[in-house]
Amino acid sequence: MTFNKMSGRLPATITSVLSMLFVSSAQAEYALNMTKGVTPISREIYGLHMIVFWICVVIGVLVFAAMAWSIFHHRKSRGAEAANFHESTTIEIIWTVAPLIILIAIAIPATGTLLDLEDAETSADINVQVTGIQWKWKYNYLDEGVEFISSLAQSSRDVVKDPTGNENYLLEVDEPIVLPINKKVRFLFGSDDVIHAWWVPELAVKQDAVPGYINDSWAIIEEPGTYRGQCAELCGKDHGFMPIVVEAVTEAEYEKWIVAKKAEAAAVAASASQEWSMQDLLAKGETVYQTNCAACHGPTGAGILGVFPAMTNSAVVTGDVEGHTDVVMNGRSGTQMAAYKTQLSDVDLAAVITFERNSFGNSMGDTVQPSTIKNAR
Amino acid sequence: MTTATTHDDAHDDHGPAKGLMRWVTTTNHKDIGTLYLWLAFIMLLTGGSMAMVIRAELFQPGLQFVQPEFFNQMTTLHGLIMVFGAIMPAFVGLANWLIPMMIGAPDMALPRMNNWSFWILPFAFTMLASTLLMEGGAPAFGWTFYAPLSTTFAPESTDYFIFAVHLMGISSVMGAINVIATILNMRAPGMTLMKMPLFVWTWLITAYLLIAVMPVLAGVVTMMLTDRHFGTSFFDAAGGGDPVMFQHIFWFFGHPEVYIMILPAFGIISAIIPTFARKQLFGYSSMVYATASIAILSFMVWAHHMFTVGMPVAGELYFMYATILISVPTGVKVFNWVTTMWKGSMTFETPMLWALGFIVMFTIGGFSGLMLGVAPVDTQYHDTYFVVAHFHYVLVTGALYSIIAAFYYWVPKWTGNMYNETHGKIHFWWSTISVNVLFFPQHFVGLAGMPRRIPDYSLQFAEFNAISSIGGFAFGLAQIFFLYIIIKTIKGGKKATDKVWEGATGLEFEALPSPPPYHSFNTAPEIK
Repeated sequence: MTFNKMSGRLPATITSVLSMLFVSSAQAEYALNMTKGVTPISREIYGLHMIVFWICVVIGVLVFAAMAWSIFHHRKSRGAEAANFHESTTIEIIWTVAPLIILIAIAIPATGTLLDLEDAETSADINVQVTGIQWKWKYNYLDEGVEFISSLAQSSRDVVKDPTGNENYLLEVDEPIVLPINKKVRFLFGSDDVIHAWWVPELAVKQDAVPGYINDSWAIIEEPGTYRGQCAELCGKDHGFMPIVVEAVTEAEYEKWIVAKKAEAAAVAASASQEWSMQDLLAKGETVYQTNCAACHGPTGAGILGVFPAMTNSAVVTGDVEGHTDVVMNGRSGTQMAAYKTQLSDVDLAAVITFERNSFGNSMGDTVQPSTIKNAR
Repeated sequence: MTTATTHDDAHDDHGPAKGLMRWVTTTNHKDIGTLYLWLAFIMLLTGGSMAMVIRAELFQPGLQFVQPEFFNQMTTLHGLIMVFGAIMPAFVGLANWLIPMMIGAPDMALPRMNNWSFWILPFAFTMLASTLLMEGGAPAFGWTFYAPLSTTFAPESTDYFIFAVHLMGISSVMGAINVIATILNMRAPGMTLMKMPLFVWTWLITAYLLIAVMPVLAGVVTMMLTDRHFGTSFFDAAGGGDPVMFQHIFWFFGHPEVYIMILPAFGIISAIIPTFARKQLFGYSSMVYATASIAILSFMVWAHHMFTVGMPVAGELYFMYATILISVPTGVKVFNWVTTMWKGSMTFETPMLWALGFIVMFTIGGFSGLMLGVAPVDTQYHDTYFVVAHFHYVLVTGALYSIIAAFYYWVPKWTGNMYNETHGKIHFWWSTISVNVLFFPQHFVGLAGMPRRIPDYSLQFAEFNAISSIGGFAFGLAQIFFLYIIIKTIKGGKKATDKVWEGATGLEFEALPSPPPYHSFNTAPEIK
């Protein structure tokens, strides 16, 4: 009686559950499944993912259906008597060989995709060196001589306590990497400190950036757009805060961007030979500090007791200028303090050292000029 | 046990000593098994409360409760404690309790070493947990402790972690030697290898895996130690070393390690399903061969954890083929269990429910494992929540479920008391619903692009993470209820019969009373 009632209601329930799934997946497809992406490889990978997924679904349905049938029909409460069989060579050979055949069917297309994926060298149009640094990415366009560092945008840092409504929270950077569409871009990955992994799902590029190694990968982006990713290998405290933003643009726009970037670099180099005022150095220094130093030494210079020294009354910061400059430029071996001379320009270094000496309760009153940094290199 | 009174040697009939010293000095396999199981449960709650911190922080985007460095300490210690403190000691505890009773032996072969191998562990875990109180905090580099994050860039407390791992390794190796010595030397007359219960078989194979790989783990942490303090550069590229070599060594240990945590589970399920299907296990010998094949293959697939590290393409192809090949013997096991149930006469007491839950959810974890094994697609899965979902399906609803199933199945034998069947069923359904609410959505956020080991995430992952956290809290609470069931069952309850279950087979059920005497078999039983 109750069972009849249930079975009458069952199809309706199934339909409503399915329609719920269908509607929600139509509204927010990205949230349930892997992205198809915008490169030939990403589409191949998506296709392979779906093939293996459906194979698993079919096997799962068969196995679980057999289990369910057995649980329902072969139960003692329905008067089932136990049979006596406990082996059959034939059936065991069948269920060893059948999965083997399925695996071969998976392995063939997987091998093809893997060979494509690994072929980064052949006829690359653009070579970009990507260096992981705790906790930011450095991009170097090897053919153009354009180089810059890309960090988490301040807009995300500001709302870390309550990011409600902040679109692209943790997925926004100060300087995105710009790439032309329909060109083969070869990425060369390295690291200055620990292992990172550069991952942009839409490009289907995920490659570890390992200190002492150069790894490569590639992408041909077929649609213009903004593609966001994150570091995928645990790399310390701010592993969750080193996003990647790729702007894919037409070739003409890309050329324009390269020209602008070169002009920008020339302007920075020119400003390094000027004499900077205390006020300008402090203003610039604060930005540099918050982007590069605050992750460890704290936004208010308090550091973390026993791990990262505080700025306030620090022996280094309140000591002589040469010693302070040396630590910032060359780092401290055996500690997490990196050598910033490879990451920051003369102006940035001069500004941040000046800022540290005259902020957080320190008032040394002296300035460091870009020219001094240049000589110290 | 009537023989004792006529015996000259007073040793044979003594019961346990009284007071605390009983537990400190015991060489009895049952006492040591109990100690291991309690340690495992305490560690389960400790590692579990760390998981609660993780899920609370991930409940919504933004940083609400903890800072990123503490979050990383939580994920690290959660992993280490669950693997080395909960799952592995629980299986060793079960081995201690069950292997002598199953093979007709009076005790383990090396009882004093047995005592030592247990009593090392509380010190190891105290040392590991004490790092939380140290300046600079606990290790924060993940349970896989990849160099150079764990060497040049690690906190001071890492040295305590290294010595804790050494102690755990020594304990595991001693435990494994004991299991092998017991099984190979102390079987009752007539108990040939191919007559042993599958739990004994799977533990024999597991013990060989432990002896093979725990020294590798000890080696890799020692190399870390010398890199940190004695000027070597094994893993430091600047000194001519190789950070990728760390991963090769770690996973040469790490992959067999995951089978160490699942093979005994196969043995438990192979005992429970036939009992409640009232039908002999289907394909006993193929189960033995499948277990051995999985163990051998487990040494040849380690680099599938490293598909994105930058391996030569030939290496990636080999590791992909070898990895997906493991699904064949694993599939054989699942097919055998389902066929054992087929045309049986099934009842669904609590141990059977946990065993069925194991089969279904372990198989789901196996499917995602097959997907992860396909190297090009792993580009998108690697280091995302899809991986987190995968290994929690095989370790929580796999290994942990089998341990809980084993508790309900054998506790009436151990204590002589039946647990409360209603409570057991509530525990099962409560856990099973919540654990799926907890881990199933993690497949979705992983596929959608959420990396693992991050304390904070972008807004598109918010809904599934909130759902997952709610499931997590409910699952955590269910295990507090489990603690209540355990204590209640030990204290009393309906008396269990000697056979306990209508369909039970094996020496522990057919040749011993419930509870069994302090020394199980003073004279070896005859096996026909």
